[in-house]
Amino acid sequence: MVYARLIAMRLLKAVIVLFLIVIFNFLLIQMAPGDPAAILAGQAGAADQEFLNQLRERFGLDQPMYVQLWRYISGIAMLDFGYSYRLGVPVFDLIMARLPATLLLTGTAFVLSLVLGIVAGSMAAARVKKPSGSLIMALALVFYATPLFWVALMSVVVFSVYLGWLPAYGLYTVGADHTGFALMLDVAQHLVLPATTLALFFMAIYTRMTRTSMLDAAQQDYVKTARAKGLKPSIIQRRHVLRNALLPIITLAGLQAGQMVGGAILTETVFAWPGIGRLMFEALEQRDYNLLLGIFFFSAALVIVFNIITDLVYSLADPRIKKGAA
Amino acid sequence: MKKPLALAISAAALAFTSAALADDPKEGGVVNTIIQPEPPGLVLGMVQNAPTRTVAGNIYEGLLRYTTDLEPMPQLAESWEVSDDGRTYTFHLREGVTWHDGEAFTADDVVFSADVFHRELNPSARAVLQHVESIEATDDHTVVFTLTQPFGPFLLSFEAGTFTMVPEHLYAGTDFRNNEHNDHPIGTGPFKFDNWERGTVIELVKNEEYYEDGLPYLDGVNWHVIPDGASRAVAFENGTIDVLPSGTVENFDIPRLAEMDNVCMTEEGHEYFSPFAMLWMNNREGPTADKRFRQAVMYAMDREFAKDVLWNGLGNVPLSAFGSNARFQNDDLEPYDHNPERARELLDEMGYDGEEITILPLPYGETWTRWAEAVQQNLREVGINVETQATDVGGWNQRLGDWDYDLAFTYLYQYGDPALGISRTYLSDNIAKGSPWNNVEGYENERVDELFNEAATAFPDAEREKLYGEVQEILHEDVPVGWLMELGFPTLYRCDVQNLVTSGVGVNDGFKDAWLDR
Repeated sequence: MVYARLIAMRLLKAVIVLFLIVIFNFLLIQMAPGDPAAILAGQAGAADQEFLNQLRERFGLDQPMYVQLWRYISGIAMLDFGYSYRLGVPVFDLIMARLPATLLLTGTAFVLSLVLGIVAGSMAAARVKKPSGSLIMALALVFYATPLFWVALMSVVVFSVYLGWLPAYGLYTVGADHTGFALMLDVAQHLVLPATTLALFFMAIYTRMTRTSMLDAAQQDYVKTARAKGLKPSIIQRRHVLRNALLPIITLAGLQAGQMVGGAILTETVFAWPGIGRLMFEALEQRDYNLLLGIFFFSAALVIVFNIITDLVYSLADPRIKKGAA
Repeated sequence: MKKPLALAISAAALAFTSAALADDPKEGGVVNTIIQPEPPGLVLGMVQNAPTRTVAGNIYEGLLRYTTDLEPMPQLAESWEVSDDGRTYTFHLREGVTWHDGEAFTADDVVFSADVFHRELNPSARAVLQHVESIEATDDHTVVFTLTQPFGPFLLSFEAGTFTMVPEHLYAGTDFRNNEHNDHPIGTGPFKFDNWERGTVIELVKNEEYYEDGLPYLDGVNWHVIPDGASRAVAFENGTIDVLPSGTVENFDIPRLAEMDNVCMTEEGHEYFSPFAMLWMNNREGPTADKRFRQAVMYAMDREFAKDVLWNGLGNVPLSAFGSNARFQNDDLEPYDHNPERARELLDEMGYDGEEITILPLPYGETWTRWAEAVQQNLREVGINVETQATDVGGWNQRLGDWDYDLAFTYLYQYGDPALGISRTYLSDNIAKGSPWNNVEGYENERVDELFNEAATAFPDAEREKLYGEVQEILHEDVPVGWLMELGFPTLYRCDVQNLVTSGVGVNDGFKDAWLDR
């Protein structure tokens, strides 16, 4: 019951926030220089005035801004996100076609960074004064400080060009026509480099955070009490230290999950991963307003959803929080 | 013992390869290539941007093809006649041609495509159609175009990208832009549309019913979509990609890739488009409004350096407004060589006070950015105070369309004839705010208008040559825009892809004759 009410309240707020986001984004985009019709015409290589007028009329760009805004909002209310100017395909279809690839990539990277980060961080905390602990922290620092695009390109050069172990780009092998298990294996191979690239940065953050947080928790009185009770150190680490150390990590993980849609632009571009991030970047370059707004809308919605999930996970990790929310 | 045997084997292998080369083309195989950027659609005629032309040129066809010397070759038209007065063009269509859905291709399709479809949708065809009085099908396989007056470059406009043949039975009477068949283009070409996984690949398969015996040899062509330039180079390097059409990798990667084993390179296949890089100069206001300033810019720029260093020595430094692939070039003009001294003199003469001007690079990748830096450097050397302003494609479009710039990079296609691809930059009735591809610089000269207009419709060619000769002299003196370079756009490919570039549009229709020696 408590959960149901919490979720209902949050969803109601979410709708209002989304509505404001839609209007804000619409106005923001109007302020960007560049006219979609001119860009489309530009791609055509040849354009006369008639061609430009046809385009503007077709997309309603000849209407005053408030009419365009009204049309857009009333469309959204009916879950109609309009047509992409450039591709002539419904925005909703485009996003739905690309969303799975992005969720697969960022989801994998998310789990990978979280699991490896927490494991590495715990290990570093347990070996706080040993060289192995320092080594883990040094590696984390390196991954944290290295630019993503460099990691991406270098991993391609090493693993794809020189060693030839992993495919350098794409979601699957074009022309191989794999199905079933073979296709899964193929996609998994293609996933390795981009997911690792994307995961490294966050993994480094989680590692550092887990270590700090655990060392901090280890100083608390309840840990001393547990030790005094004679509990096994491994149980103390897991039940008392890690559980309490997790809260700040959950906060950060919630934020990372919220960025899942938009955060992979660079990785998706370098690895030719057919996801939303790339779609968004192209839409921006082409001033494909409808598509861009559609992606903004979905990203915003995802952020909100993940915020709600984060709160729920919080209350699982620390039962006191649930009481506070109720 | 060992050595002679090895020698004998390699000699045999050599003999075998050369025999194989001399052999008939092999059938089968799929070529993997790249399309960059991903096209917005594949219905040629509705969309004419470069990537659409590149892919769809293998699906759709025009009445004619063109050799690398821009001589017309038969395609859907088997033969053609031009009347003595240059006003009537009769095309005899090939018989037994079918659309990819099995319907017969007839003269009615030609009339529909040219007179209805392109008139409504296609700006480049519209420009040609203004010279056309009527288009008639006299029987199922004969079409007669009657012109209002002779139009010299008329025969050059039947390439698939300009006058694509579209199926009347699927489009007539429909809302073209929302036609359900747009998702699945139907042409007459050697390859059929199979599948488009957006963001990943466009797959074309062999048209088994193609009308030319034995063609095409390939089973299909896969056009991969890889948005990052470095990743495209890698894909070619590690062998997943067989053909890199021009412009798909950064210029500085080309020499490295071209030196790889089993990699060939050709500069042929761009004669029809012959992209001409120019510097728009604002003729309306600021120092650039002064002819002497513009001449100074021409003398200040080291175009040979740009060609050698930035474009790997490919391409051609133009003499003036007419490129070398366009017809009627006047080569009596005195070239604007790199001459900083002369540039400084001109600036002194006009009393240039050091007013700051801006330069707008073309946001199409690294090479263009570096080129703008090189030009900036050249101009500073002669005392021109110039700053670079970076924009993205949208901003660049808008700034040019609004005439809000001093100097700006661009490049335009020449389409083989001054009346198709060159005059549009200089005609004063082509000045219109909002488009970055017309007379953006705002050049107005009555005599130039007269000469261009007369030359377009003059008959025969000797007449045209005289008029174009004069117009080039005026333009050479006035320098309405800076002529930077005729770009060399090389195609890189694995050497076992045979017979790839066979026409003046290169890979745009090249897979028709291509075969794999594997």
